[in-house]
Amino acid sequence: MSASKRLTKELADCTTNSPPGMHISLPDDSNLFKWHVILDGPAGTVYAGGRFGVVVQLHENYPFRSPTVTFATRIYHPNVTNDNLGNICLSVLKPENWKPAVKLVSVLEAVRNLLVEPQPDDPLEARIADEYKNDRKEFEKNARAYVAQYAKGAVNWEKAEAGAAAAAGGATTSTTTNTTSAR
Amino acid sequence: MDTDDDFMSNVSSEEEDMMPDDSDNDLSGDDDFDFDDEPDPDIDMQQDFGQKKKAAYDITFKVYQPQDIQKQQDDLIKEVNMILDINKEEAAILLRHFRWNKERLIEDYMEKPSQVLEAAGLSESSAEAPRLKSIPGFVCDICCEDEEGLQSFALKCGHRYCVDCYRQYLAQKIVEEGEAARIQCPSDDCNLIIDARSLDLLVTQDLTDRYHKLLNRTYVEDRDSLKWCPAPDCQNVVECGIKKKDLTRIVPTVACLCSMRFCFGCPNEDHQPAPCDLVKKWLKKCADDSETANWISANTKECPKCNSTIEKNGGCNHMTCRKCKHEFCWMCMGLWSEHGTSWYNCNRFEEKSGTEARDAQAKSRVSLERYLHYYNRYANHEQSARLDKEMYLKTEKKMVQLQKESGMSWIEVQYLNSASQALQTCRRTLMWTYAFAFYLARNNLTEIFEDNQKDLEMAVESLSEMFEKPVQELADSKLKVDIMDKTSYCNKRRVILLDDTAQNLAEGRWTFNVEFTNPTPISNTKGSSSRR
Repeated sequence: MSASKRLTKELADCTTNSPPGMHISLPDDSNLFKWHVILDGPAGTVYAGGRFGVVVQLHENYPFRSPTVTFATRIYHPNVTNDNLGNICLSVLKPENWKPAVKLVSVLEAVRNLLVEPQPDDPLEARIADEYKNDRKEFEKNARAYVAQYAKGAVNWEKAEAGAAAAAGGATTSTTTNTTSAR
Repeated sequence: MDTDDDFMSNVSSEEEDMMPDDSDNDLSGDDDFDFDDEPDPDIDMQQDFGQKKKAAYDITFKVYQPQDIQKQQDDLIKEVNMILDINKEEAAILLRHFRWNKERLIEDYMEKPSQVLEAAGLSESSAEAPRLKSIPGFVCDICCEDEEGLQSFALKCGHRYCVDCYRQYLAQKIVEEGEAARIQCPSDDCNLIIDARSLDLLVTQDLTDRYHKLLNRTYVEDRDSLKWCPAPDCQNVVECGIKKKDLTRIVPTVACLCSMRFCFGCPNEDHQPAPCDLVKKWLKKCADDSETANWISANTKECPKCNSTIEKNGGCNHMTCRKCKHEFCWMCMGLWSEHGTSWYNCNRFEEKSGTEARDAQAKSRVSLERYLHYYNRYANHEQSARLDKEMYLKTEKKMVQLQKESGMSWIEVQYLNSASQALQTCRRTLMWTYAFAFYLARNNLTEIFEDNQKDLEMAVESLSEMFEKPVQELADSKLKVDIMDKTSYCNKRRVILLDDTAQNLAEGRWTFNVEFTNPTPISNTKGSSSRR
């Protein structure tokens, strides 16, 4: 299967030459289709000092289908849903924009870049985007409060599991079905 | 070779007749439609269409079958291919990029060829046509395969991937996403569009078929003068030159070869004689004015002070509004304090407070009654048309039975078929006359309209009655003649009504009681998912 070979290679590239500020691991070594990524909040941003869990869920037709990338850690950001689904609005991930030659590393770079440079003109959370544009101080205060509350210490992957599975539409090779409610 | 001209000008002669005083507007350039703003009159075409004098409501249109649609594209592509000296696949991509506006494409291309090519997703490079290759040492960047002799493919941009990956990529785009005209090179940040010939090299027949189907769809959706027939399973396309700005003056009903009648100006079925904008308003109103709203208006009154809706739940006329504590009389809506001791008679008609409140009430009541008047008739014809349609299905059987019982031939019983058709068409027209009349201001024209409406309605009802007679009676030759006469009378009345209405509309003589504009764009929105 072409996906496995490609994923093995991508994972190997990532582990031998780990991209800065990211720690990539597989929650289940026998399943290449789900990655856990811990993203360090980029220095000089409101997210600095936080550790953000990001779940990458791959479709069996990867790389012809775009990956599903969600935040496992709550984050206060114009382009990430302010709930425990943690959906991200990122143009490269949209089916019509996805190109199979794009590597996961660059997707993750793009996610990280979103923390450096939020895109308030293409918001998922309109209220936060407004705040980001019009009341930057308040935004920064809130974002820091979220970091302090949610993004310190170990990432709670369990909690994000249900959300990620729902976001991937169940059409994945997910092996775990965690039925604990995502409250 | 002037296919393109033919497309655009079908209606031009008609337009001239209809709108003698609209010449300024013609030049004002409607943004949405400027793609078709071709030089208007084309004398040649008049011979095809202008043979007999048309009714005012008739518009010129053409029905194309799938092979015609293919040929139109092929002709345009061939033309651009010859004029600009670029290959056919690239010409097709350019034409799609310019939404098939050949003139603009040629003009722009002559001026700045490289920009045009880049914007359309083409490469300037004159590299040889792409083909499958096996290159030693090649590793596919998508699947990471590197085995010896792996077949690979690249567009002119040189981004090379193995054939399997290319195929899977294309299948994903074509089958899953329904994309065809703008499938790009799989490489990140490369905007090159895959051309039809490359696609044929790569994928299997069934995928190619779907690809071309999708391209046809894009073609029709890209051209404002084309519209798919909305009938289920009908593959035909109707072409009509009606533009958005014409829709206040004409109701562009077209009929497909499959006998489907629909409006070219909006997404609805035939709605003559009501113009698109009023149809939209009417449908919205009918959707809003639900049963609940009707009940509320019929059974409640508003508090004269705070306008809360109040239902009378006891026998006493002394009402106290629960919200603002206003005390008033249910009968005359006047202040209760003015009633003194004579409340049970409520004889205080002269009181100013009561008159005012009643006036407001009466106004809203009258407007509701007025709406219900038109709505009930509209709904009744809609329902009757549905029943007539069911009846039509039975007609077939009736006609067979009639042939057996009366010894009439097939051709001799066709009058029942015509009667049924006439009933359905006329009912549909009648239905929309009520929506139309709802928005008409009262004047002489409206009265003439109502007379016409009444004549048609009476004729339709009596035909409907005859039509439902049992088969034994239908065999009677007297009744047969009556039905035939009535059928043609109905059709004639319908033509008269439509003709009159359309003429007044074209000349802008109707007075409406609402603002009448043109908000409905011809629904040819690109990427609409109606025909996946």
